[in-house]
Amino acid sequence: MENLIYIALFAPLVSSLFAGVFAMSPRATFVGVISSILLLVSFFASAQLAYFVYSTNAVIHTTMMPWIMAGDFFVEFGFVVDHISVTMMTVVTLVSTVVHIYSIGYMDHDKSFNRFFSYLSAFVFSMMVLVMSDNFLGLFIGWEGVGVCSWLLIGFWYHKPDVSRDENPSISPSWAANEAFIMNRVADLGMLIGIFILYWSVGSLKYDVVFATLPHLSETVLTTAALALFIGAMGKSAQFPLHTWLTDAMEGPTPVSALIHAATMVTAGVFLVIRANPLFAMTPEVSFFIAGLGTFVAFFAASMALVNRDLKRIIAFSTLSQLGYMFAAAGLGAYWIALFHLAAHAFFKALLFLGAGNVMHAMHDELDIFKMGGLKKYMRWTYIYMGVASLALAGIPVFAGFFSKDAIIETAFNEEAYVLWGMLVVTAGMTAFYSFRQVFLTFAGVPRYDTHHLHPHDMYRYVLIAMSPLALLAVFAGFFKEEFEAFVTHLLPSYHMSEHTHHLVGLLTVIVLGFAIGGIYLAYKKYYNGLKRDEKCENSFIYKLLVNQYYIPHFYEEFIAKPYTMISQKLWQEVDMKIVDAIVDAIAYFFYNSGDVTRRMQTGNLSHYLNWMAAGTAVLLLAAVLFA
Amino acid sequence: MIGLTHYLIVSAILFSIGLVGVLRRRNLLMLFFATEVMLNAVNIAFAAISHYYNDLTGQMFAFFVIAIAASEVAVGLGILIVLYKKNGSIDLDDLVSMKG
Amino acid sequence: MENFLAQITTIEGFAFYLFSALTIVLFWITVMSKNVLYAMTALASGMVLISGFFFILGADFLGVVQLIVYVGAVMALYSFAMMFFDATRNIKENNTNSAIVFVLGGLSALALVLIFAAPIHNESIQALYPMHEGVGNAQDVGIILFTKYLIPFEVAAVMLLVAMIAGIILAGKKMDNSLTESMDEDVEDEIMKRKDLK
Repeated sequence: MENLIYIALFAPLVSSLFAGVFAMSPRATFVGVISSILLLVSFFASAQLAYFVYSTNAVIHTTMMPWIMAGDFFVEFGFVVDHISVTMMTVVTLVSTVVHIYSIGYMDHDKSFNRFFSYLSAFVFSMMVLVMSDNFLGLFIGWEGVGVCSWLLIGFWYHKPDVSRDENPSISPSWAANEAFIMNRVADLGMLIGIFILYWSVGSLKYDVVFATLPHLSETVLTTAALALFIGAMGKSAQFPLHTWLTDAMEGPTPVSALIHAATMVTAGVFLVIRANPLFAMTPEVSFFIAGLGTFVAFFAASMALVNRDLKRIIAFSTLSQLGYMFAAAGLGAYWIALFHLAAHAFFKALLFLGAGNVMHAMHDELDIFKMGGLKKYMRWTYIYMGVASLALAGIPVFAGFFSKDAIIETAFNEEAYVLWGMLVVTAGMTAFYSFRQVFLTFAGVPRYDTHHLHPHDMYRYVLIAMSPLALLAVFAGFFKEEFEAFVTHLLPSYHMSEHTHHLVGLLTVIVLGFAIGGIYLAYKKYYNGLKRDEKCENSFIYKLLVNQYYIPHFYEEFIAKPYTMISQKLWQEVDMKIVDAIVDAIAYFFYNSGDVTRRMQTGNLSHYLNWMAAGTAVLLLAAVLFA
Repeated sequence: MIGLTHYLIVSAILFSIGLVGVLRRRNLLMLFFATEVMLNAVNIAFAAISHYYNDLTGQMFAFFVIAIAASEVAVGLGILIVLYKKNGSIDLDDLVSMKG
Repeated sequence: MENFLAQITTIEGFAFYLFSALTIVLFWITVMSKNVLYAMTALASGMVLISGFFFILGADFLGVVQLIVYVGAVMALYSFAMMFFDATRNIKENNTNSAIVFVLGGLSALALVLIFAAPIHNESIQALYPMHEGVGNAQDVGIILFTKYLIPFEVAAVMLLVAMIAGIILAGKKMDNSLTESMDEDVEDEIMKRKDLK
């Protein structure tokens, strides 16, 4: 079994290194093919491990090597394959494999084709380290690793120039990459502090040891540690107020958005909360804060998605919103439901993004859905895929999203958090609306693009076939809810609805469904027959507020970025140039001048040297007399 | 009785005379003479200490000092002659070629 | 003063003060004289007197070595060297500013005298290689030199050999042209000669 673990873990690394060798060479299809095959190997290994864990209920621990030994501090490169990590591994490797195959087609004309595969596989490796590590430090390494890969991939087209915010809200790929990286760094500080607090009070970083010691710790320590760790999770999962980077991250190639900024990396924060569930279970205030924040973000992000015109950004907002759902579930104690929604969401969101990628490919990188329309004629399969994914996202029965999202909403009701419940239900309606607004605007109606120059066509056949597993899972994953629950609750606390909720389940489902179908109907009514722009609505205050993302990016720019630049300028000119540099220069000048002065001692005349030597001797002798 | 101190003081005075020579002279040959004076002064101190502490180590050292002085003279004079052949002078003031 | 008189009336004391006074005067002449010949003569005489110190101190062997090596060998070397330079003429040199010389020399002398005049407090100094009663100094020295100091002795021997060869080569060859080149020429000459003989 250990060999399987290492195969699952290192196949992506091998793939990354292999592709990295060819990073500078011209595009070569075999690089993508071999990378995809290695990822497939990793997926099969993960699936086999999943089957093993499922059939035996055994948890596999393995230690690759001792890592840091400094005094009392001892950390090993250890990995654990249990119900949680094996779920994540399977989801991550499955989506990655599909995305790798998809990228062969999507990146077909990119001259940095090989480099792309190197980064993408490196990301998968980091993600595997993140989910498989058996200690917080290993998790942190994976955490930073995915951060770096995310930075590399968002800024993949780094050569694009910066433009103004009005033209492109994310300015440029390199700007977006830096924004994502810096915001994550801010949050990672919180996470590091959390890890430090845990080490400080427990003396170990291994999950098992830490969780076993938790009951002996004081409440303050637990609360601060939980809060600090959650700040880290907020950064990675782009929760308010650190959410702006996720939509800007859409500057990266679409497969990256699908893999990293929808299906896997952004769920790392949720994974952390699920993984550290004993800690969060013991801190109800923090948990409730998580639930509240999650619900707020779900609503908040959905509201911005309602009016956005950018195909990828709408999906990014919906990702934010769904992450909010996951946090809401985790915060309310329904960890397994959060994990279930995580897995289901990974499938349909990746599918949605890949479909969006197909559309972009057909429309020559046009992203404005107001300039599309009528594509269903040319792109039938993409239409079906995106429709299925949107149905799943909207939570329509039979599809995966229904089972997971409905469970979260029920949980909120069950916990008697009626405000949260209400917001989540409304959000479900909004989700349905914006998903279908996007689908209808893209595929239905008449073409609004220049039909003379653009001749849209569907993606390569193999790409469409590669996407089919995701589509199947988006449809059928929900049916395995019972099995999934039985599987993961071996490790995670089980969660049961109360009798009261049980009676009302039917009614609750109908309410949620009502909102979802209402949303779809509204979208159908408004957009199915083409775009009719409503000037009055578009000029209203709320519309502007939403289009400008509540002016939060502007706010950050004005109140954080600009003052920071100003302070940096001041510090550079006043402190660095006039104090630090001046001191360094003074030291240099001192040595230079003293050298220039003492140079005169070197007359070349031996007699003078002897005099100096005698003077030195005399001084030493006198010192001996005086101080002896 | 003459004590160790007497010898050491004589040795110190002779050493200082040698030092004065080293400082004062510019002629390389005279510099050699001055160093010989210093070496001999030290030898007196070694022999005296050896005598008063009843220990042969001092004499051993004096012995090696003499050996070193002898080889120094042999090599030093050889160099001196070469220098003289080359420059026609053994005055330090004429041998300034490495001014900084 | 009485102490001084008491000391000077013993043979040893008399000899010490006599030798001290003479060596100081002679070495002073060595250092100050303008004439190389005078300086060298004074140095040689001073060295003889220093061997006298060694004899007073019971270091007979060292005294003999001093006479042989310094007065015999080193002085002979100096006299040969002197022949290269015009020894009869007075040396013309720009002596260092005497103020510097006497301040530095005087300070060093004062400091050294002060250091040595201070009583040595540490009475626990143990003889590492004690002298033996009733055994000659030369014998004692020999035993120590060839047992405990054998390696330094051998090294000193090698060093002397190296110094000898270096001295011969430096002083004996014409340094204007390269040694190896001239050797090549010699060899060629030799070859030519042999050819001629044939």
